[in-house]
Amino acid sequence: MSSETQDLNAVRARRRLPRINPIWFVLAALIVAIIVYNPNFVQPVGYMNFLKRAAPLAILAAGQIYVIVSGGFDLSVGSTITLTVIGSSMLLNNNPDATWWVILLMYAMGLAIGLTNGLVVSILKVPSLIATLGMMITLSGLALMWSGGAPRGYLPESFRYFGRANITDLPLINILPISLIVLAVVVCLLWWLMHRTNYGRLVHAVGDNPRAAVLAGVPLMRVRVSAFVISSLTAVTAGILLGGFAGVSTDVGRGFELQAITAAVLGGAQLLGGRGSVSATIAGALTLTAIFTLLNFVGLPQPVREVVQGLILISAVAYAMYRRRHAVH
Amino acid sequence: MKRLIACAAALAMLAAPGAWAQNFDDPEEFAKQREQLAMTPMGPEGMPWEQYLEDTMADTAQHAKEGPYTVCFSNAGVNNPWRVVGWNNMQAEVELHPEIAELVHVDAEGSDDKQIADISDLLAGGNCDILIVSPNTTAALTPAVERACEQLPVIVFDRGVNTDCPVTFIHPVGGYGFGIQGAEFVAENVEAGANVLMLRILPGVDVLETRYSAGRRIFEEAGINIAGAEFTDGDNAKTKSIVEDYIARGQIDAVWMDAGATAVAAIEAFEDSGLEVPVFVGEDQQDFLQKWQELGLTAIAPTYPTYQWRTPIIAAVRILEGEEVPGPEWVLPQPAITADNLDQYINEGMPPLHYAMCGCEEMPGYPERWGGR
Repeated sequence: MSSETQDLNAVRARRRLPRINPIWFVLAALIVAIIVYNPNFVQPVGYMNFLKRAAPLAILAAGQIYVIVSGGFDLSVGSTITLTVIGSSMLLNNNPDATWWVILLMYAMGLAIGLTNGLVVSILKVPSLIATLGMMITLSGLALMWSGGAPRGYLPESFRYFGRANITDLPLINILPISLIVLAVVVCLLWWLMHRTNYGRLVHAVGDNPRAAVLAGVPLMRVRVSAFVISSLTAVTAGILLGGFAGVSTDVGRGFELQAITAAVLGGAQLLGGRGSVSATIAGALTLTAIFTLLNFVGLPQPVREVVQGLILISAVAYAMYRRRHAVH
Repeated sequence: MKRLIACAAALAMLAAPGAWAQNFDDPEEFAKQREQLAMTPMGPEGMPWEQYLEDTMADTAQHAKEGPYTVCFSNAGVNNPWRVVGWNNMQAEVELHPEIAELVHVDAEGSDDKQIADISDLLAGGNCDILIVSPNTTAALTPAVERACEQLPVIVFDRGVNTDCPVTFIHPVGGYGFGIQGAEFVAENVEAGANVLMLRILPGVDVLETRYSAGRRIFEEAGINIAGAEFTDGDNAKTKSIVEDYIARGQIDAVWMDAGATAVAAIEAFEDSGLEVPVFVGEDQQDFLQKWQELGLTAIAPTYPTYQWRTPIIAAVRILEGEEVPGPEWVLPQPAITADNLDQYINEGMPPLHYAMCGCEEMPGYPERWGGR
């Protein structure tokens, strides 16, 4: 894009009213529908439970958006979640004293997974879809080997604190889940990194046009690898929250990789890179969770529920695409 | 909004007519299994894996041969904790039989195609003296089992096949029985008009559908209101979310589950909402039993006993020695764990999803082989 057209766009953008990402309207509509079906949702316990449930996916999606914006996919996050939960339960074995070093160890594992993903993509030039698919299969195999196919240990309350506990007796909001605090901290950090630092601009540049980025002196490999590392670390965080919320199971992370990508797309991210925002991705994750919750409340039979879920997803993304096509010309 | 969603629902239902052709709600089978639950088993006391409920025997003189034996086992999969426990049981049982020289195990990894190929490979290999099959699905495996029957004695267990050619088909009472035990307990412990939440893993699996239809039948007979029947995919987080949503909408007086792997997550939904845990139907997983004891719940644990994995090995040896075995069906007793005998099934050294009704406590390698300490 030449600097001239860029200037022109900037002028046009300033003239128009501030544009709000359409995903927020979709989310608002879903929330209204949930309230219609369950008036208790406006009570703190209602929406706090909802946010608590959405937190792992929101965090995961906020990490995934880094990889997507840089022009890749990370399919290994679901297995990373599973491995985090299984690994923690095996290492902790109901011993609360070990909580801190196990959490540290899990983050170290996440770091290693992200580095491997990033290096395989950057150095071996394996497309990220395949590289992380391979990682996904490898990790779920490792989790299976480690556990022998069934969970072997329990997670002590000290570990489950982050995903399960609430601060109660607060004025106004009454309860505050710890996982919501974790969500807020992670999201602020990731939002700042993506939208307020030079690093965030580099991630966008790499995804938009890697060749141009290299010619402009962007350290391609470092940017890509770090995006994968961020994604893996958020997967470990999501794993800690999910294990805390619901305990140990051998398929806890199943399907999360696609949910995270869906959340990013709902938030308007461009699948081949160069475009995406952390806050809209969070809205996408909340929307996805709201769809699941709404369908629970409506009480449709399961097969119908899946049809409705699929239709809502396609329409939401189609609408986002339509808006984008007609937005800047 | 409600109307819009209802329209979408109606459309979707029109688009998928007649999805449920198979009958999972058979009153005759229901009555038969209800009767079997009340029977006193025959066979050695305290060893339910050798006991049987139906008194018909299969003659096996024609299969008698000299040992040592090679026993072949085509396994549908070791893809869930129930099957992991069962498979450990079976391997331990083999160690109790010096007559068995080798157990050849092929794992179909949950695929019909692979299992059909596995069986034909085993037959082509020609080393098997007897074949044990735990079919992945009933209809798909029937022809493969029929072919095997032409060459050697076959034992089928867990899920069945649509042929009577195997020497015996080993299984506990069944899905209706499981559903009956839990639902009757609920009916005894709540008032008529109470709200029960039914949690199911997934639709379309015969052993799970029959549990549900039996439970439903009993609740309807007892005038208990079914607040909802939800699929959890066997996922802890989803289970907990669903229960939280039901709690938000109204009073739940009992929870019935078609399998207990996510029972603790469901209980935690009540705990974390600061509510009393209602009447509860779980299964014999250690984590549920321990939670039950810790909270002093009003609960029951029907079982689909994993000790049934011992029986095919016992049957194999008997058949090859020419001794008669219960057949054409070897129906094993299917006990439920109740408040009266809860203590004897709790072992905190065992993993959370260890199935307590394994009959494995006296076996070689217990508890390490089952992941315990």
